[in-house]
Amino acid sequence: MKRRTFLLTGAGVAGALVVGWAVTPPKPRLVPESARLPLGRGDVALNGWVTISPEGTITVAVPRAEMGQGIYTALPMLLAEELGADWSQVQAIQAPVDRIYGNVALLIDGLPLHPDDQGRVVSASEWIMRKVGRELGLMVTGGSTSVRDAWQPMRVAGASAREMLVAAAAARFRAPPSECRVERGWVHHPSGKKASFGELAAAAAKLTPNRVPQLKDPKDFTLIGKSLPRTDVPAKVTGEADFGTDVRPEGLLYAAIRMAPVFGAHWSKFVVNGADTQPGVKSIVPVVNQAAGAPVGIAVVANGWWQAKRAADLLDITWEAHRNSSLDSAGIMASFRAALDGGKAHTYRSQGGLAAGFDRAARTFEAEYSVPYLAHATMEPQNCTAQVRDGKVDIWLPTQAPTLARWIAGKVAGVASHDVTVHSTFLGGGFGRRAELDLVVQAVEIAKTTGGRPVQLMWSREEDMAHDMYRPAALARLKAGIDGAGNIVAWQQSIASGSVTHSLVGRLGFTPMGPDKTSAEGAADVPYEFATHRVEHALVKNAVPLGFWRSVGHSQNAFFGETFMDEVAAAAGKDPLALRRSLLAKHPRQLAVLNLAAERAGWDKPPPAGMARGIALHQSFGAIVAQVAEVSVVKTERGSMPRVHRVVCAIDCGTVVNPDIVAAQMESSVVFGLTAALFGAITIKGGAVEQKNFPDYEMLRLGAAPVVETHIVPSAAAPGGVGEPGTPPIAPAVANALFKLTGRPVRSLPIKLG
Amino acid sequence: MLKLNINGTDRNVDAAPDTPLLWVLRDHLDLTGTKYGCGVAACGTCTVIVDGAAVRSCAVPAAAVAGKKVRTVEGLAATSLTRLQQAWIRHQVPQCGYCQSGMLMAATALLEKTPQPSDDDIDRAMTNICRCGTYQRVRRAIKDAAGMTTPVAASGAAPAPAGLTLSTTLSTPAGAK
Repeated sequence: MKRRTFLLTGAGVAGALVVGWAVTPPKPRLVPESARLPLGRGDVALNGWVTISPEGTITVAVPRAEMGQGIYTALPMLLAEELGADWSQVQAIQAPVDRIYGNVALLIDGLPLHPDDQGRVVSASEWIMRKVGRELGLMVTGGSTSVRDAWQPMRVAGASAREMLVAAAAARFRAPPSECRVERGWVHHPSGKKASFGELAAAAAKLTPNRVPQLKDPKDFTLIGKSLPRTDVPAKVTGEADFGTDVRPEGLLYAAIRMAPVFGAHWSKFVVNGADTQPGVKSIVPVVNQAAGAPVGIAVVANGWWQAKRAADLLDITWEAHRNSSLDSAGIMASFRAALDGGKAHTYRSQGGLAAGFDRAARTFEAEYSVPYLAHATMEPQNCTAQVRDGKVDIWLPTQAPTLARWIAGKVAGVASHDVTVHSTFLGGGFGRRAELDLVVQAVEIAKTTGGRPVQLMWSREEDMAHDMYRPAALARLKAGIDGAGNIVAWQQSIASGSVTHSLVGRLGFTPMGPDKTSAEGAADVPYEFATHRVEHALVKNAVPLGFWRSVGHSQNAFFGETFMDEVAAAAGKDPLALRRSLLAKHPRQLAVLNLAAERAGWDKPPPAGMARGIALHQSFGAIVAQVAEVSVVKTERGSMPRVHRVVCAIDCGTVVNPDIVAAQMESSVVFGLTAALFGAITIKGGAVEQKNFPDYEMLRLGAAPVVETHIVPSAAAPGGVGEPGTPPIAPAVANALFKLTGRPVRSLPIKLG
Repeated sequence: MLKLNINGTDRNVDAAPDTPLLWVLRDHLDLTGTKYGCGVAACGTCTVIVDGAAVRSCAVPAAAVAGKKVRTVEGLAATSLTRLQQAWIRHQVPQCGYCQSGMLMAATALLEKTPQPSDDDIDRAMTNICRCGTYQRVRRAIKDAAGMTTPVAASGAAPAPAGLTLSTTLSTPAGAK
């Protein structure tokens, strides 16, 4: 693959692109350029987002992946609200790949801006990135952006379609459109005449869509803000919901693969060892294309997956001695420590002159924290089904990045992107892992050898665990200075880790450059008003592939900062809640969230016997979350373990589309973050991942899961993210409770009690 | 040729006798509701019911269930959804949904044996992994299906009302102090 410079990393993006894009008119997001919505008999599309059948069924094209976050419900609610649809007639389908569905919000979130920044530079950067985003048209589900991105275009699409239906009705009634009223799938006229959306759709489709329709006043919302049941749930209680591994195209073959344990290694030789004569086995396929970071491997194709897997286990493979085999977790941590000692770091935030702050300090405190690599461990192992025939490619996969999947499939098969059809399925968990393309590369490579028959490649759990793109391991040093009155006058956070963005950009064949905002997010952008504040990050590269893991940099940086905050509070003799309040005088939204969590948790009352409460506040992905954890220590077969009984969670995520989905995401985020805090560790030895399967990469289970109570701050602000912001605060909330309970600070994850 | 009884129907399957039941269901019988998660009986995603007991089908040779009654998620609702499935919808339990077939089968086996399960019973029976963290809704849905009211938690947590707004409250914040 040709190596080019990737322009979209780090600072300087706006300046570099302004000339190129300023002359291009912004791409509208109403009418698709190439793709057309799949239509049933008699259905008509009023724009790229909605079709209506003669019976009145409203089908909404959802351009994001449903991975449990409820997007097949939340996005149709936006469109149906403005359309004036009867919700019981609304259904969701997966949108085809087209530029109008590109995720603009994700790119804007990637700009190196601080949440408190505003003004002309910010709005100019955002304006440019919006144009870039529309040009790129990348369909990506990630960064908790789906509702934030769709909030405008999907409401516009609904309102525009409503205006067309009203115009068609007005013509039929021989009355002005202004006299018509829309209610639950019908257009009414005061004369008593009425017509259903289904009756009007064909005539409406002949009209020109208005790109700037009148949107509803939020006080008139009838759907947005309601806990409507999710559209995908019924199929998920009957086993009918199809995930990637459930697609069964005609003539399907199955493939299992064995890959090198050591990152980047190749085999030196392999002996088939009878694998090819096992029942059902069709062929043995070496896979060497390493595009998109795909490891090399040897695949077995068979009539069933189990047959393929069992035959693959017979292969006698000798892996080469590889330079990466000297890599291990202890050495990696030592390299982080050396990088911080060396002092070469990029500064992400510098405010008020840190040295002067420390000069004013009566006392200083320092602590070193660390976190390990983490796997995504989606319940559905990585998989992709591919068919290559007659110059066309079909891929069926659970993906967060269908546009890129189409591009890479075309590259690997040697066909143009428009000859690739992506069939997106439900995702059996995503969490960032399914923004990757490695499975597409391998599946298409294998499908090139099967004579036109489709082949479903699925990794075993063991291969999935050992070949993830991991949440970075990281080391952080925190230093705070307090004055005689106990006020924090200096706060320094120095972090060392690899870079997710650099790792990803390198995998895609580009040259990574510049700072990576995700390394310092959750540290450089905290809402606290420290008198002096410095956040720096030292980039340390190694061969461990890194990826986006639910809440990305926030997942480790919130732990570092919010845990240290309680250590500083204890040293300064302050209540952790009071100390945080004192740092939020200019941040009323954050303060309100913190106060709500504390109030609902009963912070000022003693906790139940044997328990302590810990609190943490964090903002990420456009939302603010505070959590109070009630924690005790229990004896288990794993030794003394923290037991989290109850988590009180407060969130301000702006306008809420569906409160129950917000609550579900808070519950989910807490369990995800708690699993990492209590169990999660991917360790490297001899250049390979040591963990193989769930017995040695344990997950929180029902018996140890806390009750999560969610309290939402009412807000009329634009929607924020929901899928990730609940994850960062739970580890520090639990750590802070344990500190109170045991007197010993928690400085590394997963938590180990002596 | 293996003779199996799946969801009340006798099926002849041309599979090696040591093929795990999971792969007979998925690759030979196209019953894809039962999922692969780990292959070592550690996650419960592949749970089915064999003669009334929850069994992890990835670790059971198909030959071992010959002559026994195997039930999968596809067999739960003959004509209408079971009480448990209805409770699952009422409480909006699934998120990504991948583990939910296994969850439902484990819960079905639990309620058939223990119609009024205690929290300890639920803890012991429901050891399946859910990466989306649907656990508290799983517990509530089981109790709801069993006709039990959710007790107030010892810590003073609010009881869960029926319906869709379970643990969510829209709150007026205490205000900036």
